[in-house]
Amino acid sequence: MIRFSHVVKEYPRTGLALQDVTFRVNKGEFAFLTGPSGAGKSTILRLVIAEETPTSGEVRVSGSLTTGMPRAQIPRLRRRIGVVFQDFRLLEDRTAEENVAFALEVTGAPRDAIPARVSRLLTQVGLASKGTSYPKELSGGEQQRVAIARALVNDPVLLVADEPTGNLDDRATRGVFQLLRDINAAGTAVVMATHNLELVKRNSYRVIEVNRGQLVFDSAEGTGGAATVTSSTPA
Amino acid sequence: MRLTLREVLLGVRRSPLLSTLSVVTIAFSLFAFGLFGLLALNVDRALRGVEEHVEIVAFLADGTLPESISAAMGDISAFPEVAHVDQVSPEQALARARAELPEFQDVFDASFLPPSIEVRLKEGHRDPATVKDVTQRIQSYPFVDDVRYGEDWVKKLYDIRNIAGAAGLALGLLFAAVAVIIIGTTIRMTVLARAREISIMRLVGATDSFVRRPFLIDGFLKGLVGGLLALLLTWGANAVISQNLIQTTFFDPGTAMLGVIGGSIIGVLGSALSVGRHLRRV
Repeated sequence: MIRFSHVVKEYPRTGLALQDVTFRVNKGEFAFLTGPSGAGKSTILRLVIAEETPTSGEVRVSGSLTTGMPRAQIPRLRRRIGVVFQDFRLLEDRTAEENVAFALEVTGAPRDAIPARVSRLLTQVGLASKGTSYPKELSGGEQQRVAIARALVNDPVLLVADEPTGNLDDRATRGVFQLLRDINAAGTAVVMATHNLELVKRNSYRVIEVNRGQLVFDSAEGTGGAATVTSSTPA
Repeated sequence: MRLTLREVLLGVRRSPLLSTLSVVTIAFSLFAFGLFGLLALNVDRALRGVEEHVEIVAFLADGTLPESISAAMGDISAFPEVAHVDQVSPEQALARARAELPEFQDVFDASFLPPSIEVRLKEGHRDPATVKDVTQRIQSYPFVDDVRYGEDWVKKLYDIRNIAGAAGLALGLLFAAVAVIIIGTTIRMTVLARAREISIMRLVGATDSFVRRPFLIDGFLKGLVGGLLALLLTWGANAVISQNLIQTTFFDPGTAMLGVIGGSIIGVLGSALSVGRHLRRV
C-alpha cells in the first residue's frame, strides 16, 4: 500500500527533513505515525499524498511510484487516498452535505448519484441529521467527521490522517478514533499521525515513530524500542 | 459546465466587493487605453487630412499642344501611384490666385501664368521617395518646364507621421502593458482569496484543468463586462470632447468590438497566468 525505500527529503531553506526512511504499510493495515513536533511526520504524509517528492529514494503508494510522477497523474492517485487534517479544511460557506458533495463533484461523479452517496457517507460518520449545517454550526468532532466523510467519497484504499484528534476534546477524540477504526475494519488502510500517546498505548495497532527525520521505532519490525514511544510527551 | 458556472457565481456571491473591484479596475485600465487610442486615432486622421494635400504641380511650356497635354495626362493617370490628374489653365490659375491671395485682386491678365497639370497621389504613396520618383517621371516630358511638390514640406510631414506613429505604438504598448499588469494583479487577488478552496480541490483529486476552468470563465466575464464599461466611458468622453472642445472621430464598430474582445482576452490570460502560477506552488 505504502512503501518508503531509503527516502531522503531535504528542503533548500530548512535542510534535512527525512533521512534514509524505509518502511512499508500493507493493505488494510492501521498504523500510528508518532514523534515530536518537527520530527518529520507531516513530511511523510505529504510524500504519501504526492504533495512533495523525495530528494532521493523511492515512495510508492497503491502501486504508483510518486517520484517523477507527471503532475497530470497526481489527481488520479489522490482519488485513491482519503486525507484528513487537524484543522478539518472544510469550506466555511458550504453546508456539511455540500462539502462532501463538492469532493464528488470535482472528481466528476455522476450528478444523480451524488445526493444518495453524500447521505450514506454522512450516516456512516454519524451526521445524518446535520447535513444542512454549516461548519461553524458544528462542534470540532462533528467537523472532523464531515472531513472524514469527504475523505471517503471515492472509496479510498488508504486514509491518511494528520493529527485528526489534535483539536478535539477526549470525548470527540474517542468518537473520531472509533470512526477511523471502523473504516479500517471495512478494509481501508489507515495511517494516523498523532501526538496522543495515550491513544497509541490504549490500542494495539502498529506504531512507526520518527524523530529528527529518522525512523527510530517500528513495532512491526521491532527496531529501536517501545521505550522511545512511551517516553515521548503526549500533546 | 453547470458546476463550473455555479462555482463562478459562488465566487462572485462570496466576494462581491472584490468582483466589483476587478471589473472596475479592468474597466478603468481599458478606459485609459481607450482614451489613448482615441487620441492616436484622431491625430492620425488629422495627419492624413494634411497628407491629402500632397500634390505635384507640373508647369507646362507655352504653346504646348492640347493633344500632347491630354496624352501626358492619360499616361500619368495610369501610374499606379496616381489618384487623380487635373489640368489647370492660366485662367483657372489666376481665378484661384485671386480668390486666395489679395495681391492678385487687381490682376486680370492670365497670360503670364503657365498652364499646369496637378497630380494627386494615392494614400500610401505620399512618402518623399515616391513623390520624388513620380516627379522625375513627370519631368521627363519635353514640354514640362518645371515640377514642384514642396519637397521640404512633404519630408517634414512624413517625419511627423513617422514620429507620431512610433510614439503612438510605444505609448500604446506601455498603456497595454500597464493595463495587463493591473488586471493581472486584481485577478491574482481573486485567486488568493480562493486559495483554501483550491488546496481542498487539489486534495480531493481535482485536476488542474478542473481547478482552472471557473477562474478562466470568471476572468473572461470580468474582462467582457470591464471592456463594455470601458467602451461606454470612452464613448462618453468622446461625446463630451466633441460637443465642448473639438470635433473628434470615434472608433468604428469593428475596432470598438475588438477592444471589448481584447478586454476579455486580457481577463482570460490574466486568470490563466495567476491560477497557473498558484497551482505550480500548491
